[in-house]
Amino acid sequence: MATKSLKAAGHQLAQTQKQLDLLQSGPFKDGDLPLFKDKIAQSGQFPLKAKKLEILQINLGYMCNQVCAHCHVDAGPDRKEIMTRETMQQCLDVIAQTGAHTLDLTGGAPEMNPDFRWFVEAASAAGIKDFIVRSNLTIIRANKKYHDLPEFFAKYGIHVVSSMPHYTKGKTDKQRGDGVFNASIEALKMLNKVGYGMPGSDLKLDLVYNPSGAYLPGDQAALEKDFKKALDTDFGIQFNALFAITNLPISRFLDYLIASGNYEDYMYALVDAYNPAAVAGVMCTNTLSVSWDGYLYDCDFNQMLGLKVASKARHIKDYDTSLLEGREVVISQHCYGCTAGDGSSCQGAVA
Amino acid sequence: MDNNYYDPADLRKFGKISEWAPELGEKFFDYYNSVFEEGALSAREKSLIALAVAHVVKCPYCIDAYTKDGLQKGITKEEMMEAVHAGAAIESGATLVHGVQMMNKYNKLSM
Repeated sequence: MATKSLKAAGHQLAQTQKQLDLLQSGPFKDGDLPLFKDKIAQSGQFPLKAKKLEILQINLGYMCNQVCAHCHVDAGPDRKEIMTRETMQQCLDVIAQTGAHTLDLTGGAPEMNPDFRWFVEAASAAGIKDFIVRSNLTIIRANKKYHDLPEFFAKYGIHVVSSMPHYTKGKTDKQRGDGVFNASIEALKMLNKVGYGMPGSDLKLDLVYNPSGAYLPGDQAALEKDFKKALDTDFGIQFNALFAITNLPISRFLDYLIASGNYEDYMYALVDAYNPAAVAGVMCTNTLSVSWDGYLYDCDFNQMLGLKVASKARHIKDYDTSLLEGREVVISQHCYGCTAGDGSSCQGAVA
Repeated sequence: MDNNYYDPADLRKFGKISEWAPELGEKFFDYYNSVFEEGALSAREKSLIALAVAHVVKCPYCIDAYTKDGLQKGITKEEMMEAVHAGAAIESGATLVHGVQMMNKYNKLSM
């Protein structure tokens, strides 16, 4: 299990250009597989254009207490990129003026940002309908100062979305690190205890499943049924919904695909599973992703590839609906990850 | 053509069999896809049956395909190995039950 980010290890894939070059080469260069833009053009869906903003996703920083093998952020304890209070204030100004119904905080572990609680308190005053925090669960158990997070989340009516790759210990620890499964189970019990995910409670607790290997997620509803049964039977844990998310071929997952000799087969699998109906629901058409330093991206994946929005407004301080709505979404071959099978987004399947 | 009977890359070309007999190919894939849908048996149960049969008929393509299918469905490696044993038990049982025929013949021919 890696303990360093690709960046700290000086790995060549820490350079976004190297990743983008790879996504243009191999079967895509040889013409064995179609480029994403040509594929969506076949069904008259090129260019993809941003519609009305519904979801504002803010990345509070790349620091994390875990170093997951598949992480597209390349997050870890050694990452120092953290959003400042000044940038948070710029985000708050935008939250107040957009009609976005969902505010989605992510990271790294967003809770590790020293101004996390200040930001949540301030943002909750804006009256956003769905206020999500993506929590990796183990952070709640990582240090005493985080033990009251479930109560803090509940106080502000936060919608907690947590990663859980499998309901068995072996698979979870292999992807996310030794001890992660047990710590996650403890954290889920703490969240249940304050009402999260419990029948009749307004406090929503959703789980994110993404495959621990070079394969696509299966049917979301069937996986949700299996997770619910196993977590309830084995641990008495309750949750609301399971989001099945496809791993995109970038950053640490891309490194894994290449190192394990699975890259080409995985790209074939993504292209084979291409579903035009999923293109209609991709998140980049209703989402804006804000990086720790305030720049704007069509999605969190584009953020990690350094692909900023194709608009004159490229920073949260320059946010302008008239410039951003209708912008052309920046795409490459990683986008096949969101259009395979039932589709994939930060809210799970889309088709 | 490669000097191998089996090439893993051929699995993703499976659909090409329809090119030389489109009507039969289409009928086969329609049937195949229907078989593995949720029914009286769950898609998960059918995936495990397919994995067991894949081993019994010793089809390397099918083993690759249904190991991956099992992973996608969240099936554990313990479940997969038990399914392989279920197939193997039937296969060895099928051999051993012929031992009765051998015994019958032996007894008939012996004084």
